[in-house]
Amino acid sequence: MNRLSLFGLLGLVIRRDLLLAMRRRADVLTTLVFFVMVASLFPLGVGPEPEMLRKMASGVVWVAALLASMLSLPRMFSADYLDGTLEQMLLAPQSLTALVLGKIVAHWMLSGLPLVLIAPVLGLQFDMSAQALGMLVLALLLGTPILSMIGAVGAALTLGLRGGGVLVSLLVLPLCIPVLIFGAGAVEAVTSGMSAVSNLSLLGAFMLFALVFTPFVAAQALRISME
Amino acid sequence: MAINWFKYSAPTTFYGLAGRLVPYFAWAAAILFMLGLYIGFFVAPTDAVQSEAYRIMFIHVPASILSMFIYLVMAGYAALGLIFKTRLSAMMAQALAPTGALFAFISLWTGALWGKPMWGAWWVWDARLTSELILLFLYLGFIALQASIEDSRRADKAGALLAIVGSVNVPIIYFSVKWWNTLHQGSTIKFSGTSMHIAMQQAMLAMLIACWMYAIAMTLARVRSIILEREANTTWVNELTEMKVQS
Repeated sequence: MNRLSLFGLLGLVIRRDLLLAMRRRADVLTTLVFFVMVASLFPLGVGPEPEMLRKMASGVVWVAALLASMLSLPRMFSADYLDGTLEQMLLAPQSLTALVLGKIVAHWMLSGLPLVLIAPVLGLQFDMSAQALGMLVLALLLGTPILSMIGAVGAALTLGLRGGGVLVSLLVLPLCIPVLIFGAGAVEAVTSGMSAVSNLSLLGAFMLFALVFTPFVAAQALRISME
Repeated sequence: MAINWFKYSAPTTFYGLAGRLVPYFAWAAAILFMLGLYIGFFVAPTDAVQSEAYRIMFIHVPASILSMFIYLVMAGYAALGLIFKTRLSAMMAQALAPTGALFAFISLWTGALWGKPMWGAWWVWDARLTSELILLFLYLGFIALQASIEDSRRADKAGALLAIVGSVNVPIIYFSVKWWNTLHQGSTIKFSGTSMHIAMQQAMLAMLIACWMYAIAMTLARVRSIILEREANTTWVNELTEMKVQS
């Protein structure tokens, strides 16, 4: 048996999850449609004045992204849990932390990356300037991986529980608030003519911090859930 | 002489010890509450800037301190339970959570009552207020997670992991008034001394210790119920005198 390198393992897990998702496109599309719909409901709710919409655009897009990523979280491990694949992953000689990291990356590519790509279109709906749009994409690019990583911990903790979907939001949303604050803050800073460097630096620091700890914590949570 | 340091880490022995300790802490809390409220309301002078409304701090400040401190203690117990697999640690973490949530709620509520006359608003999205609100959500999440898992061993471990992850929020609350220069005032009591009137200090100290005693009494009382609940099928529980009286 040939030994798998860490990156080989990561590549395998990511490719497998992406392939599975491609066979069931509806799941990915639901998240995206939900994101667009939530963001589009705001102008209907608060009125169509461009001045106000421009002001709240970054916050609306960020909150919608946060809710959309909550929507896809319960699916992160549940399919593998139900058909027994997860048990095999736990038994595998490779590090579970690396496996979980692979699943997180795949989850981000399926639920985070599409949001980043479609966000400029939503931003245009809200009449955002080109500069603010660029910052929105950059901030989402830094922020959505954090949402996937924190979400993985919540999804692993609530695996197989009744009403896990609501519980995962209760556990994950409080921890995501800093991402929301600094992500929306970066766009806010650009629109008001200030530098967004401090907000982006903090987001980057959060991402590195989460990258170091959350795969390990999520792996431990999976072990607890599978006992 | 060999001391058995772990004698009281067994639920069996701790149940009795906790039962003996609860009345002492409860009485200490009651007496100190009365003393603190008396000094706070009748002895302490009126504040030069904030007039009478400042008196709400006598409950607001201790509640805020305890809400943060209890979270750390809870996370500490949770970590102990996770690492050493001691059953009592996990039970203590579970017993601490409702009291911590209560203090976080009192802190937010009294803060709102104080904010209305001082800032002219019940709620401001200030860094410290927001992070304290997150703390309340973390407590509620911990309680909800433990409540929704049937198997108590799995519930303990899952809750422990969540408590440890959530503890990153506590330093954020603590330093929030320094890091973000927003509406909430900075701390008056520093290591270099304080500018407070002596009677205010006494009232604050009495209230702080009273809250501390109350938290300990409540936690010990609650952990006794948790022990009984989890060990209901063991012989030692069935041999307790209080169980015999009921049946």
